Amino acid sequence: MSAYEIFLAPMVDYGFMRRALVACLCLALGSGPMGVFLMMRRMSLMGDALSHAVLPGAAIGYLVAGSLSLTAMGIGGLVAGLSVALLSGAVSRATVLSEDASFASFYLASLALGVLIVSLRGSNIDLLHVLFGTILAIDTQALVLIGAITSVTLLVLALIYRPLVAECFDPGFLRAVGGRGPLYHIAFLALVVLNLVASFQALGTLMAVGLMMLPAAIAQLWSRNLPRMLAIAALTAFISGYLGLIASYHLEIASGPTIIMVAAIIYGASIFIAPSGLARRYFPRPHLKG
Amino acid sequence: MSEAALTLSNLTIAYDRHPAVHHVSGTLKHGSLTAIAGPNGAGKSTLLKAIIGELAPAEGRIEHGLKRAEIGYLPQAAEINRRFPINVLDTVLLGDWHQSGAFGRVSRAALAKAQGALHAVGLEGFDKRAIGSLSAGQFQRVLFARLLLQDARLILLDEPFTAIDARTTRDLLGLVSNWHGEGRTVVAVLHDFDQVRTHFPETLLIARELIGWGTTKDVMTPDNLARARAMAERFDETAEICAPQRETAA
Repeated sequence: MSAYEIFLAPMVDYGFMRRALVACLCLALGSGPMGVFLMMRRMSLMGDALSHAVLPGAAIGYLVAGSLSLTAMGIGGLVAGLSVALLSGAVSRATVLSEDASFASFYLASLALGVLIVSLRGSNIDLLHVLFGTILAIDTQALVLIGAITSVTLLVLALIYRPLVAECFDPGFLRAVGGRGPLYHIAFLALVVLNLVASFQALGTLMAVGLMMLPAAIAQLWSRNLPRMLAIAALTAFISGYLGLIASYHLEIASGPTIIMVAAIIYGASIFIAPSGLARRYFPRPHLKG
Repeated sequence: MSEAALTLSNLTIAYDRHPAVHHVSGTLKHGSLTAIAGPNGAGKSTLLKAIIGELAPAEGRIEHGLKRAEIGYLPQAAEINRRFPINVLDTVLLGDWHQSGAFGRVSRAALAKAQGALHAVGLEGFDKRAIGSLSAGQFQRVLFARLLLQDARLILLDEPFTAIDARTTRDLLGLVSNWHGEGRTVVAVLHDFDQVRTHFPETLLIARELIGWGTTKDVMTPDNLARARAMAERFDETAEICAPQRETAA
């Protein structure tokens, strides 16, 4: 097989592959930077919890719309995800429970409710679609929604970049100068939920967070500079998406998990060869004079 | 403008109803340089947090007539995420918040001031260095540079010289006396009593309750220090409700 047949032909020949590729590009641009900020806020596992919390809203949207309508599921998911984020934040502030403890309780309840709602009306096939996504079945309408979410994400992120960085780095300072830290925190969580909703149809609730956290971890291994980390995360997320699609096409395997596996392989390789990875430990560079 | 930069009236701040600062009243004059001294758990940091508005008083009032951005506050270093990928210059530029705000542009003037501040704290050439690669002393210098940029009227320092070596402490104390010379009001929580006696004309000695507040010579007496130590050791799990006090009674 020629390089053209391996790397380009699937995209040239099939519309669904092109749409999937564009979806991957959008998801990469939005989710990659979100993952970096989640990691910087030490909320890596919160993303996972949030992605499960989205489920009941998406399920209700699915019931109301009667099909896998991304718009209905998206709106439902956004409402459910944000409610869990805000409720657990409120509970942790009002009680002795720490934020991760109340988050865990709420997202588990949310996940259970979501699976219940889906199984109430839908078939097991639907449940599989919701849990694992169907990136090859993305239609133009869904693509427009994903693109809109990515655009909003990048614009809002550009707008709140400075206060968000200040809130992650030194929340005490932001409070002291009267910056509204919690507001930016909530805006950021809303963006995370939006991006999870965007990844929803492509990768499913279980894998949606994969395109967020794996590229973020990779970025952290390669750079210690925030703008560069954001770019690396978006780039590796897109490369994972592209290679994952190609591999799943030729090997005839499920595309969502393949994309995440590619990201995992890049992560694994980065652990060994990245500047902040194992390479530094086993091949130390000679120290400098001063 | 009134004579007082800061007035505390019958101030009580409590955690879980147990007072950490109990019925404290007094004033800070404009341009004064004051040390807050007292044993651990005496309510020193609590008092600063209440002044910047982070803690709400359980009783009494704090008056300073300043906007939040006009107060410079240096918290204990533990509250900062040192592993965050941000460089020295960007950290110092956060001090421009009163001008740039959350969304505004950082002006050329602010950039020049930031470089000037780095020079003043002895860190020129460090602007692109990552925060994570600095020593504790260098990092404290960065935070002082950020305070310089804030151009605050009232500056609150919470244990600024803890775990800082002698030379850095001397340099940073120089900045503190510059601020004093510029007529800013400076308050610092300190544990080193020699430092307090040498560099701080005024002292507020606290052990939950006010032991003394005035010129350092009058406040830092052996008697007062012994009283402070004795008071801080008391903690009553089953304390009764403290009867409301009128300001005149206090």
